[in-house]
Amino acid sequence: MDYSAIFSYMYTETALIGVMVAAFLYDLIAGKKGRRFFHPFVCTLMLLFIAGTIVPYHRESAEIFGGMYVYNPVFGIVKSILATGTLIVFLQADSWLRREDTEFKRGEFYVLTLSTLIGMDFMISAGHFMMFFIGMELASVPMACLVAFDKYRNNSAEAGAKYILSALFASGLMLYGISFLYGTTGTLYFDDMTAKMEGSPLQILAMVFFFSGLGFKISLVPFHLWTADTYQGAPTSVTSYLSVISKGAAAFTLMAILVKVFAPMVQYWQMLLYIIIILSITIANIFAIRQKDLKRFLAFSSISQAGYIMLAVISGTPYGMTSLIFYVLVYMVANLAAFGVISAVEQNSGGKVCMDDWNGLYRTNPKLALTMTLALFSLAGIPPFAGFFSKFFIFAAAFEQGFHVLVFIALINTVISLYYYLLVVKAMFINKSDSPIASFRSDCSTRIGLALCLAGVLVLGIASSVYDGINMFTFGL
Amino acid sequence: MNILSLFPAIPAAMMLGLWLSRNIRQIHAVMVTGSSLLLAFAIYLVFAYLGMRADGQTAEMLLTDSHIWYAPLNIHYAVGVDGISVAMLLLSAIIVFTGTFASWKMTDGTKEFFLWFCLLSVGVFGFFISLDLFTMFMFYEVALIPMYLLIGVWGTGRKEYSAMKLTLMLMGGSALILIGILGIYFGSGATTMNIMEIAQLHNIPLSMQRIWFPIVFIGFGVLGALFPFHTWSPDGHASAPTAVSMLHAGVLMKLGGYGCFRIAIYLLPDAAQELSWIFIILTTISVVYGAFSACVQTDLKYINAYSSVSHCGLVLFAILMLNTTAATGAVLQMLSHGLMTALFFALIGMIYGRTHTRDIRELSGLMKIMPFLSVCYVIAGLANLGLPGLSGFVAEMTIFNGAFMVHDTFHRVVTIIACTSIVITAVYILRLIGKILYGTCTNPEHLKLTDATWDERLAVIVLIVAIAGLGLSPLWMSGMISDSIVPIVSHILN
Repeated sequence: MDYSAIFSYMYTETALIGVMVAAFLYDLIAGKKGRRFFHPFVCTLMLLFIAGTIVPYHRESAEIFGGMYVYNPVFGIVKSILATGTLIVFLQADSWLRREDTEFKRGEFYVLTLSTLIGMDFMISAGHFMMFFIGMELASVPMACLVAFDKYRNNSAEAGAKYILSALFASGLMLYGISFLYGTTGTLYFDDMTAKMEGSPLQILAMVFFFSGLGFKISLVPFHLWTADTYQGAPTSVTSYLSVISKGAAAFTLMAILVKVFAPMVQYWQMLLYIIIILSITIANIFAIRQKDLKRFLAFSSISQAGYIMLAVISGTPYGMTSLIFYVLVYMVANLAAFGVISAVEQNSGGKVCMDDWNGLYRTNPKLALTMTLALFSLAGIPPFAGFFSKFFIFAAAFEQGFHVLVFIALINTVISLYYYLLVVKAMFINKSDSPIASFRSDCSTRIGLALCLAGVLVLGIASSVYDGINMFTFGL
Repeated sequence: MNILSLFPAIPAAMMLGLWLSRNIRQIHAVMVTGSSLLLAFAIYLVFAYLGMRADGQTAEMLLTDSHIWYAPLNIHYAVGVDGISVAMLLLSAIIVFTGTFASWKMTDGTKEFFLWFCLLSVGVFGFFISLDLFTMFMFYEVALIPMYLLIGVWGTGRKEYSAMKLTLMLMGGSALILIGILGIYFGSGATTMNIMEIAQLHNIPLSMQRIWFPIVFIGFGVLGALFPFHTWSPDGHASAPTAVSMLHAGVLMKLGGYGCFRIAIYLLPDAAQELSWIFIILTTISVVYGAFSACVQTDLKYINAYSSVSHCGLVLFAILMLNTTAATGAVLQMLSHGLMTALFFALIGMIYGRTHTRDIRELSGLMKIMPFLSVCYVIAGLANLGLPGLSGFVAEMTIFNGAFMVHDTFHRVVTIIACTSIVITAVYILRLIGKILYGTCTNPEHLKLTDATWDERLAVIVLIVAIAGLGLSPLWMSGMISDSIVPIVSHILN
């Protein structure tokens, strides 16, 4: 075994483990004075890590550990996107972490978050179902701890319990499916498995179980029941991480595996996805209309967004893959901006997350209200913001493969989604309030995070170079 | 850089200027400079365009330019103008200019109001210069969304309901357009998004055209107030602040007609010929129903909004006749209706600003109190009912003339039905003028009111000059338009 391969191809994971260990050691060693620099320290490390890994080192794909781990430049791109999102979450989490009851646990937050990120990276790069499963578990177990981070708040603990139980159930289902696959094909390597796929009933069942497992992670209807409670109960920074990073990684992996491993069964999984997409988008939209708690509201919005992401998966083309990655990136900046504003308001107003409390926010905090508006417009797919472009591309990807009716249903749903996004805009701009949230100035770290997101919302669509960059690598897949 | 790009670039620069403005004087300075620049530039464009035609440039689109944007979908930033778009750009520039002066007295949230107003203008101007389906659609949506906040925040009456209804209905229409655009793009072989090139290819199978034509036509028709998708229009116009009503009825509703012509009919010509009868019936209903509805309204803005439904219905009615005369009439009607409805809304805004009521039962004898505004109101009314010498006459004459040229019973019958709208228009306009302007003033409070101030006079006079100019010497404008329509109509019929 040539260990140089580890550093040559597994550089992302290796470096990330380095960052995690550094954060862990800092937490152990730093004294009272040193802890003040903990936040800048971790953010700088993440920034260096992203800068070092953003451009893939190799143009061609490779396998190491006998095919357990696959290197591919596209995977590298996706991992950098996820790492960028994590950095933004860190930036926005600072004001929450500085609270008295969480300050001493700051190190735990960083280490746990980074370890889930490492898990996702391994999951993305897996070439073997065992590797994939371990990556997924590495991503979900620390996640449950993060959800229950405010353990003295009842609903945080409840959310953690809900999350871990659903995650375990999903993992169980998935393992069951994988065991069927092993039984029918005699291997767990992705490449060997594809050749032995013939679409027998057992394999279809396996595919459905496997899909359900990932469906829990992406929170598609009907596997979405944990989502709203968990999103509401978890600390806002964790919710934003859960809604974007974890979802993005799972969606990308789902597409990679469906296209690669289950390629011979394409008509089955397309049919499955067809129904799931319609259910996810429609049901989530209808539920979102009635929500008053902004975190629950965004939970349903993110279920519906997941349905849109699946439109790219159903196309199964390299172009669809580009659209998916681009969509995840754009969705990430917009959703993180929305959660960032919610978190800032929550921290500075004594925990107000209800839509009615937001009445008249524009009068007192115009910049935050505007940021929220732009983020919501991007989520709704309004030009000239990035969301319009990413939505157009996934629609085009699905339309190209002949899913005309599906795209039509999705488009009608964008109008419904616009309605509930506008309800928030209405609360901030139009509704009057006798006791609006007082004017406040959010801290530097939050503002940097929001500025990054806002730049993404404004620039990613109009400047086509990001999209071209992703496209260049996807066609190598 | 292509000079056409300045049209969306100037409002964008105005937005930046507004962002940096500190007080109301600076805001006004930015708006006046920007909108005058736009107007001057639009007038220059008309002469430049006519000059290029006179020099013998026969290409369908002039001043074209194209930059690749998103290569995998063949999306370009492609611009170019023909006679129709030049006329529409001129109209938009006039309305933006006068709209600025009509909202001169605004005090609450002026900066934000004008910021959204400029974003709306970016969309409108961008739409008329675009030759690429994607870019065109993008600008179309940019023009729609600011409406929500403009009506919701600065509107009057049931503003929240109206703003939401308007936004959702128009966005529903744009969802239809989006799927239609994808259908056209992939149906024509997914090689280009350029409208002119797709028309040249002319390879979308008829079975596909039959699906996409109604979808795209209804999609744009929602904005063009096509019956039964017009219901957003009266509520929206009635609740919107003055300048927004002007821009919306004056220009934005024209996006619908322009899109129906440029995309639905031009790119899907075979289905357009086959299915036009369905929409002719719907538009005839729009024309007559809009006029009748206007008769029974008591709110000045509602009267004008239903009148707009009727007149915009006439635009769609004319382009569905698929001949040069009627289509020229349609574009003239877009111009004429744009100008006179903007004038109407401006005047209603000014009257409302003084009397604080728009209910015609509470208004009377205004002629003696504010003679300038009242005379202008009479002129707007006369233009609306098609008095010769004003723009409405030229447009409607050309439309009915062209429509009657189609030789079959169906078209002639619907033309005659549509013609009755002229009479009904005369009924509601003359009754309205008689009621609110003449007679004796019953409300003593109204006797204390004053006539128009300089900014209001400027806005109104510019619009009246344009209306009279178009009515008195229509030939240069109709010549410019019909030159561009001839190749389009011959393409549709082949």
